[in-house]
Parts: sequence; C-alpha cells; structure tokens
Amino acid sequence: MNYATRLIHSGKDRDPYTGASSIPIYQASTFHQADPEHLGHYDYARSGNPTREALEQAIASLEGGARGLAFASGMAATSSVLMLFSPGDHLVVGQDIYGGTFRALTTLFRQWKLEVTFVDSTDPTSVRKAVMPATRALFVETPANPLLAITDLRAMVEIAREYKLLAITDNTFMTPYFQRPIELGFDIVVHSATKFLGGHSDLIAGLAVTREAEVGHRLKVVQNTFGAILGPQDSWLLMRGIKTLGVRMEAQQRTAGVLAQWLVNRPEVKRVYYPGLTRHPGHDTHQAQASGAGAVLSFELQDVATALKLLKGVKLPLMAVSLGGVESILSYPATMSHAAMPKAERLARGISDSLVRLSVGLEAPEDLMADMAAALKKS
Amino acid sequence: MTQKISTLLAQAGNRYDAKTGAISAPIYQTASFGHPALGQTTGFDYSRTSNPTRLILEETLAKADGGHRGFAFASGMAAIDTVLHLFQKGDRLVVTEDLYGGTFRLFEKVFRPYGIEAIYVDTSDLAVVRGALKLPGVKAVFVESPTNPLLKIADIRAIAAAARELGILTIVDNTFLTPVFQRPLVQGADMVVYSATKYLAGHNDVVAGMVVTGNSELSERIGFFQNAIGGVLGPQDSWLTLRGLKTLPLRVRKQQENACGIADWLISHAHVRRVYFPGLANHPGRQIQDREGSGYGGMISFEVDEASRIPTILAGVKIFTFAESLGGVESLITYPAVQTHADMVVSVRERLGINDRLLRLSIGIEDMGELIEDLKGVL
Repeated sequence: MNYATRLIHSGKDRDPYTGASSIPIYQASTFHQADPEHLGHYDYARSGNPTREALEQAIASLEGGARGLAFASGMAATSSVLMLFSPGDHLVVGQDIYGGTFRALTTLFRQWKLEVTFVDSTDPTSVRKAVMPATRALFVETPANPLLAITDLRAMVEIAREYKLLAITDNTFMTPYFQRPIELGFDIVVHSATKFLGGHSDLIAGLAVTREAEVGHRLKVVQNTFGAILGPQDSWLLMRGIKTLGVRMEAQQRTAGVLAQWLVNRPEVKRVYYPGLTRHPGHDTHQAQASGAGAVLSFELQDVATALKLLKGVKLPLMAVSLGGVESILSYPATMSHAAMPKAERLARGISDSLVRLSVGLEAPEDLMADMAAALKKS
Repeated sequence: MTQKISTLLAQAGNRYDAKTGAISAPIYQTASFGHPALGQTTGFDYSRTSNPTRLILEETLAKADGGHRGFAFASGMAAIDTVLHLFQKGDRLVVTEDLYGGTFRLFEKVFRPYGIEAIYVDTSDLAVVRGALKLPGVKAVFVESPTNPLLKIADIRAIAAAARELGILTIVDNTFLTPVFQRPLVQGADMVVYSATKYLAGHNDVVAGMVVTGNSELSERIGFFQNAIGGVLGPQDSWLTLRGLKTLPLRVRKQQENACGIADWLISHAHVRRVYFPGLANHPGRQIQDREGSGYGGMISFEVDEASRIPTILAGVKIFTFAESLGGVESLITYPAVQTHADMVVSVRERLGINDRLLRLSIGIEDMGELIEDLKGVL
C-alpha cells in the first residue's frame, strides 16, 4: 500500500462492532473475563488497551517493524528501551543525542552502572573505535539537534552487525514518512511522538518500534513492568494526528525549503543549517537514506544581539521549546534545549549564543518571512 | 484579512492562554463561571451562553469566512434549526431543490407545520431564482452550492445582490467548499451555515455545526437564539473541531487534487454513464466557480449504467468506506437514494437525477492511484 494511504488506513481503523470510522476511546482500566481459567486478550489496561494497541499496530506498520509500543512521553520510550540493558553493559551514543536522553544516560542510568561513550556519530570510524567488549548497542540520531548533523545509518548498521550490537535510533525529526531506519537494518526506533507524529503541539507521547518480534517482546515486558504507558485519550489523539502526517510533513518541508533559501540570502544571517541545502554537511548521505529534508532548520545570526532581537520581535512563531507542530516554533538552544551543557562544550560543538532553531509550521511562507523580516528590522 | 488562511488556521487558539503560554487552547470543561463580585462578570457566566473553548472556535471561523461572528452548535442540523428560528409564521424561503436530505426534512417535517414554507427551485438557474424571490412572503433564500449530491453551482454573488435589493436575506450552506475554496459572505451573502462534522473538523470523528453571520444585527439575533434554544457544541468537540481547522487547507487541497484525478478516470470508464464534479471542463457551473471561488472541493457523484452493480460496488470497496457523511481524511462512498436522500419523495428525487444508479464519493487524502485501483476493482 502506498505510504499516503497507509497513514490513513493502518492498524485497526474501523470498529468491528459498530463500523465507526474512528477507533473507540476505551477509557477502561480493566476488562471483564468470560472464563476465570483462560483470561482474554485484554485483562488490565497497563498490559493492553484496544485504543493504545491500535496506535501500536499503526506505528509498527508505518516504520516497517514487527512491534510497536506506546509510552507516556518520548523519554519514557527511550528510558524503557535503555532498561533492556544490564549493569556493566556499554553503549556507544552519538554526542548530539537529544538533551533529555543525554541526561538520562549520565544521571539515572549511570547510577545503575550502564556505561556510555559519547562519540561524533557523523564519523563512522570514531563509532567503530569506541566499541568495547562490553558494548551492547549503538544509539544515534539523524539529523541531530540542533545543527542537523547527518549520521550515515547504513554505516551504523554495518558496525552493529559486525559487533552484534543493537542499533537504536531516534527518528523524531524525520518520522517514518521521510526516513525508515528499520528498513535499513536498525533494530529499534524511538520517537518523541509529541513532535511531528502528534503534530498539533497538544499531547505528550513516545513510541518505540522493534524490527524483530523477540526484541519487541522484551520491550513489551519492560512496558508492562515499568508501566510508563500512554493513556487511551492521548493514544487516540495521536492516531488522529498521524492521519494528516503526510500532508503536514509535505507542506512544512516545502515551507522550510523556502525559508532556508531566504535565510541564506539575508545579511543578518551568518549560516543556515538545513539538510535540504546542497552545501549542508552530509547532504548526500541524508539524500541516500531519507526521502525528505524535514521541517527543522537552525541558523546563526551575525551576533547575539541580532539573535535576541529576532527572538523577541517575531509575532508568528512561538518562542518555545519543542517542535513539530502546525504552529512554527522558534527556540534558543543556548537557554533551552542545550542549557544543561557546559558553555565551553556547547560552543565547541558550534551551538553558539547567536544560534536559533526554527520548527516550521503550516503558516504561509510569505507570512513567516514578512514576520521575521520585520523583527530583524526593528532597532 | 491580512494573514493568509493557512497562517490564520495553523495559529488558531495559539496565544490565548497568557497565564501559561499553552500553544493549544485549553478545554474549559466547565458549566459555570464564578463572578468576581455582585454585578460583575469575567465575560463568561454559563457555558450554554458562552464557553472560552467554543468562543475560540467561533472567532476563528468568523475570521476565516470574513464574517462578523461565529456560532458553534451540536450538529449541522442544530445550526440550521437555530437559523430558521429567525422566521415566523407565513414567511417563505426560496431553497435549493436538491439540498441535503436532513435540511429538506427539517423544512418539511418541522418548520412547515409551524407555517414556514420552503419553495424549492433550481438555484443554479439565476432567472428562476430571481423570479422566485419576487413571490409574496419570501424573506430569505437558502442556497447550497455545490448542491448535494449533484454538485450544481449557484451564482452566489448574483443571487445575494438580487435578494438584497428586495430586502431578502441570503443564507449559504458552505459545507462542501469551506472558506478555503469559497467565502459567501465576501460575495454578499448574509449568513453561512456549516455541518462542521465534514471538512471543517475533517476526521470523521466529531458531529458539529456552525453559523457565521455577516453583520452585527444578525449576530445579535443568532446569539440570542443560540443561548435561548441551547443546541450548543460542547468544549471537547469545540476543541477537536478547532484542532481539525488547523489542517483544513492542507486536507481540502489534497482532497481536491485526488478528486480531479478520480473524476477524470471515472469519465472514461465504460460502466460509468455520467460524472458530476465542478472541476470538469464541461460542468455547467465551472465558469462561475472559477470566477467566484478558488477551488472545486473533494466531492464527486457518478451514475453507473445499471443499478444491479450497486450492491457489488458497495460490498467490494476496500479503501473507500461505505458510510454516510463526507469531508473526512478517509474516503467514503454513499448511496444517496437510500442514505442521505431517503426522506425525499421518490418522484422528486428521480426528477432531480438522484436515481438508484447514482453513487456519491467523498474523496480523502489517501494516495490517488490506490483510490482509483479500489474503484477499478469493483466497477
């Protein structure tokens, strides 16, 4: 089935009892059992809920994996995946990984003796060098936040196969609409579904998809035991969001491309980071593993004062953390997503105080350009 | 309206909650509001009169339609019912003859016994409309364009001008085209009504109706009836409709693109006798639509050569769902003679062309090629 159609008709999208065009919201914590000796498919909603299950089947199908699991947040999904490992296990992790994942690895999981080496995953050689006998997995993100650095997914799979590691990636920025890492051989894909999948800045959710049923079963045990599940209301709303994922991603990407080119030509802008620009580092690699450039771009203004002027002066984009919604969001990595990183480390990675990140929404590109131009013009 | 409609709708409800900065408008699930002191009000007293979540939806659609005020109701029929309370015993309305069956039923079974009479005419024939407007007692003209299910186009601008000269109100049911493709208030109509269940909410998961008024006098009267009759939309459904509006331009443009391709394909099919779609070059209303609107919508009706094919088609479609309603992201197929227009007298229905060989398609946002394959399989 073509991808645009799969987005609308994946999973159980019709209710078998009534024919309802939308899956019912099963706001139930427990399920009556017909036979005390043989429990039915659903017993307690932490273990399984029909609404959440419909979402889980949908995302598994969209990512091309064996099993999908829904969690209360992107971090709940990632943390549940990290619980697959044991004390003493070692992970090789991309240094540009999402800040929340970085925090979980360096605080919570460190105290449980999960060892981590952070490497520049855009360079497969340094990834390979970091592999040790205790290494059990690779965890990368591409394009990475906020400089949209590109990691070669096929090269990661090759290293993972060679050393029998689980290959894990965070596919939040691209979504399966543009990039399907499992089809390239990745074992686990995680999402902050709060972003493009949900798409309306109105829910918090996480998803994980496994390539193999066996890994899926192990993660299901974690989901049920740890219990950071997604509730039925949010599961339903997320499925509603996924129905327009294709049209949203196409429109947001189109506008992002227009804005990236416009920013390149602005005198106030020093540099634009967007995988759709041919000069973007890793552009060719990205083209080879994804079918689109996405809708997130970052750009560096000439100086901090200009960056702050833009951030304070815009009227259309929200100044906020998060991304992926129908509303454009402008963020300031220095005080938002990367505030926890030591300044010297942050500057060394190119995340300067004059860098801003733009998540492009569904507004008309003309309106966004006029708004930013007006903000930049203010004295 | 300075902003493009895509910008206005993507940002709907944003920047409403100054206290928290929430991007998504809060769902005010409250019946009543506390008063600061005797004789004082926050602007909200009781949710039947006004509710903040419903108000955001109402204001958003009023802006999109270029109108004065918006009003949200529990269904499209509740919206039209409220509008018809503007009239009194002895008043007559000139009404589109092949209109939605539910509206027909409301006129005939509910309002005729109260002495309010509908005079049915072909509103795609301007001379006929002009003649009917001069009949004694006519207080309003109620137009559906395109009509349901035969998609006839009325010249709304010319009808509104003729009505205005005679002091007659023009009311347009804009359900099929939405403000993205047609803005009747800008063309001179006095009021617009919607089944918001359809394209406005857009996901086949809400039942809702809306009215937008063109001037303050009508706003006051409709506001009075909305509160007095009380067929209002609840906060949950108001919020979900608002969420739908954010992707309205994307959805309807994709639906239209799909509909154009499917209409072209149907024309050349051996078992299809006739195709009704305003975007076809030979459609009698095409010129008016090109001049007055900015699109043709996503509805198609077609007549097959033999009625005996109908059961096979309805049972055999795999992507299309055999269901009433329209305007959602999922494609639906409807059999007007037994579903939407069952309340119409058979002889009238046959004369209008709504015969037992006619099928109606509501095109969704799936892949066009697969929708055609689905039809190919059953035709």
